[in-house]
Amino acid sequence: MSTHSVSRITVSLAVARKDLAIEWNSKILVNQVAPFSAIVMVLFAFALDNEGILQRVAPGLVWLATLFSMLVVIQRTFAVESADGALDALRVAGIDPSAIFFGKAIALMVQLFALELLLVATAVVLYGVEMSALGFLEVLVTLATATIGLGFVGTIYGGLASAVRGRETLLPLLLLPVVAPVLIGATRATEAAFESGGAKVSEGWPWISLLLMFAVIFGVVGSVAFGPLIDE
Amino acid sequence: MQLDKTSPSGTGTPATRTLGVLVIASLIALSLFGLVFSAEDVVQGSTVRIMYVHVPSIWVAYMAFAFTAISSAVYLTAKNRSLGWDRFAGASAEIGVLFVAISLVTGSLWGRLTWGTYWVWDARLTSTAFLFITYIGYLAVRRLGGTHRQRARRSGVLALLAVLEIPLVHFSVRVWRSLHQEASVADKGTDVELDGLMLFSLFFGLVAFTLLFVWLVIHRQRTLWLEDAYADKGLDAAIVARREEAGV
Repeated sequence: MSTHSVSRITVSLAVARKDLAIEWNSKILVNQVAPFSAIVMVLFAFALDNEGILQRVAPGLVWLATLFSMLVVIQRTFAVESADGALDALRVAGIDPSAIFFGKAIALMVQLFALELLLVATAVVLYGVEMSALGFLEVLVTLATATIGLGFVGTIYGGLASAVRGRETLLPLLLLPVVAPVLIGATRATEAAFESGGAKVSEGWPWISLLLMFAVIFGVVGSVAFGPLIDE
Repeated sequence: MQLDKTSPSGTGTPATRTLGVLVIASLIALSLFGLVFSAEDVVQGSTVRIMYVHVPSIWVAYMAFAFTAISSAVYLTAKNRSLGWDRFAGASAEIGVLFVAISLVTGSLWGRLTWGTYWVWDARLTSTAFLFITYIGYLAVRRLGGTHRQRARRSGVLALLAVLEIPLVHFSVRVWRSLHQEASVADKGTDVELDGLMLFSLFFGLVAFTLLFVWLVIHRQRTLWLEDAYADKGLDAAIVARREEAGV
């Protein structure tokens, strides 16, 4: 390393800023993914066709819609890297793979968090969900912890699936089984926050600790595993 | 045809042939113990005989996935990075997927006969289904293409990630169930009294299936070796053939 070596955090933030700038310019999230998420929520309403049931299962639907939308966002975030061999260029430039990992994960988390806020708002408007102030706080904490875990794990498997172009169909198969704990934990925590099905707000916090554990594990593992996965 | 000096000319050796004969003999013996010698269960009747296939199958599956993880770890950490370990990991995962499928099918048939339903949302069943899907994904990654080394590194990391994922899924499914459903039906099913011969048949099944696993994994590793050697040699051979056609 030269005397001009910059800290890993600076590099991570630069990678994240780059990804978010690309997104800001292309507006894929706003123009395509967000409307997709919204239509999924509307289709759930068509499929279930009962306001009582919708209110009861709203937390699960919010998180299912999040997972489906996440697949699209991850594919997008790695498509910009593999298109012109950009990821290889980053590696050749001597950038630590763990810095790329954290950078891309942060950018993914920011986008996912925005999407999830939209989905919760959709649930409030379309499904008639109601929350107390404490419930709303719990929703925010759930969104944050679940998003961190999803961002890490999505970046690990997104990097793997993007290694070979034209194999994007692999991502859902690899990713969805791994994120099952997030779906379980986040749905139960959100259920408590929405107080749906007679749940109490206080019941949600243990589930948030599960989400936190997931986030920490995959953050640590990803920083080690990402390098070998993208190194071709 | 021998492809090169290091690859085997076939997949059988005197040792594996002996093992193969032993496997066939023990599977025949297991069928006799399971279907003829051992008694019917007081409660379940002949349904209990499914156990002699079901339990050894899931045993082989767990053993296979553990072996995949160990082989992958050895491949990634060993200095010489022998592709043999990668092929053992792949061979073992294929066999694991096959046997987890067998245990899911036999299990749900048994469930239908005993509980009246093919599936219950029990923690163990659900995690087994996840195990199945996870390793199908692993096998898909092995087929992504690229060089043998790329395949080995990618799938090696993935196999180690699976070791982490499976307990996490199992843990979260267990808390999910424990908070949402009273004692599951599966617990009633475990209330089986085994007499001596039934217990012997069950353990004999574990031994027979373990031998079968060893036999299968050795042969599969060798066919994968041949496949790799063919992929390496095949390109050279094709170039030579085309050159000859062109008269170069």
